[in-house]
Amino acid sequence: MQEIRNYTINFGPQHPAAHGVLRLVLELDGEVVMRADPHVGLLHRGTEKLAESKPYNQSIGYMDRLDYVSMMCNEHAYVRAIEQLLGIAAPERAQVIRTLFDEITRILNHLMWLGSNALDLGAMTLFLYAFREREELMDCYEAVSGARMHATYYRPGGVYRDLPEQMPKYRESPWTKGSDLKRVNGWREGSMLDFLDAFTDDFPKRVDEYETLLTDNRIWKQRTVGIGVVSPEQALAWGMSGPMLRGSGIEWDLRRKQPYAAYDKFQFQIPVGRNGDCYDRYLVRVEEMRQSNRIMKQCVAWLRAHPGPVMVQNYKVAPPKREEMKQDREALIHHFKLFTEGYSVPTGEVYAAVEAPKGEFGAYIIADGANKPFRLKLRAPGFAHLSAMDEIAKGHMLPDVVALIGTFDVVFGEIDR
Amino acid sequence: MNPVFRYLKSLLLIELLKGMALTGKYLVAPKYTVRYPEETIPKSNRFRGLHALRRYPNGEERCIACKLCEAVCPALAITIDSEQRADGSRRTTRYEIDLFKCIFCGFCEESCPVDSIVETHVHEYHFENRGENILSKQKLLALGDRFEAEIAAARQQDAAYR
Repeated sequence: MQEIRNYTINFGPQHPAAHGVLRLVLELDGEVVMRADPHVGLLHRGTEKLAESKPYNQSIGYMDRLDYVSMMCNEHAYVRAIEQLLGIAAPERAQVIRTLFDEITRILNHLMWLGSNALDLGAMTLFLYAFREREELMDCYEAVSGARMHATYYRPGGVYRDLPEQMPKYRESPWTKGSDLKRVNGWREGSMLDFLDAFTDDFPKRVDEYETLLTDNRIWKQRTVGIGVVSPEQALAWGMSGPMLRGSGIEWDLRRKQPYAAYDKFQFQIPVGRNGDCYDRYLVRVEEMRQSNRIMKQCVAWLRAHPGPVMVQNYKVAPPKREEMKQDREALIHHFKLFTEGYSVPTGEVYAAVEAPKGEFGAYIIADGANKPFRLKLRAPGFAHLSAMDEIAKGHMLPDVVALIGTFDVVFGEIDR
Repeated sequence: MNPVFRYLKSLLLIELLKGMALTGKYLVAPKYTVRYPEETIPKSNRFRGLHALRRYPNGEERCIACKLCEAVCPALAITIDSEQRADGSRRTTRYEIDLFKCIFCGFCEESCPVDSIVETHVHEYHFENRGENILSKQKLLALGDRFEAEIAAARQQDAAYR
């Protein structure tokens, strides 16, 4: 009898289903995975080390580039850590704006996940539909910050600018004019809050559409039900968080357990799964989108009723208004000090975490009293999830590995940092 | 669920037909996409694109070489040299932005005390030769002159928020 040996292959780093630059060394017995060995580090940019050489504020832009599909949540963790060190709190309106944009980010992330995961598993159309809604929310990102993705919008002490009173509109063109132009600009007539109102009214219908395409679909169920089962014990032991943990039936959500920003003001529910397989995690994420939509709606109503400052009135931390800076000498000095030297924070250590769409994203800062961190450590949820790859993938077929990478929701910006 | 009902549901491909009906609906619905080079998606007045240096209405360049933007730039993309001009005012002799380093965070515009360096709405640009990634002072001023109307209008709209 001829001896048949296991076969080792490289999955990635240039594989289209590897979601970036994952190099997965798979040991196969026929088509069954015996060992999955993720090799990471191909997107390492040294963000943590880089932050040690810059004043605190200058690293905010680099936080966007960690998990590049949930940008503002990363900023939020970093900014919260600095705020805790400084002992300041953002004004209430800024907190609600942050809540609003964290939830927009969650929907952006889950739409990206849903589209790409479905695409990996053979459903093309959903990808296009998910990107349609993403476009609307990207416009909100751009309207507040000026960038569609890498916003640099949150600042220690609040957010940079208040929400704009008008949304940018489509221009007339040979193909879009008259009633067509009116239709595409329908949501954009009023302020950004009006736009978000229209979006939140419409979005549940869109989620219904996604569910029509996937939830009962037999191909989708064959690819996800019973695949990648994570038991609650395993989930805890591997340090999982976010939908990975909730999909296994553990109700743990930092928004509820350790409320930050303005989450204690708003009503929402935390969906949990039962079986801990890919299908349950899919259901959890879809329901999270609905709940995020619900929170957004409440945020919009609150923001309408409560105008006010969005930045602390403390010139040692936040720069003065431009008008004032040009008129007042003191303000000009503060402006120059802040943009050259930044601010010094008291000596101390702090860990601040937020419930990012992928799980618990945290920033751990050690400050030595200087204007730059002595050490910054970022806790990326994807890293903990990916490290469980071998245990979860063992015994699955090769095509299921694609479903697993999808369900872990890995993004290499944050894993490699 | 009733096994007979379940069998029928599975046999008749109901969920697949529902999905097909949905995609069929979008076949005839108005398209969401735009015809790109001729049409574009809306762009906010806060958009952070290609940089430009502005001038005062009398033609004098705004930049006073205070080097705040150079200091605040997280990517160290800005290089400035300065000198006293014949009339005694302080001006830059060299103002360069390396677009390969720039991360378009907008801090330079935020820091500028005289509204000189701005990030415009321009995002369609390209390089043809090595070295063109570095925007010199002449190029930046030319960009500012070319787009001054749009730049001023966008800053005007946003003035109340900054």
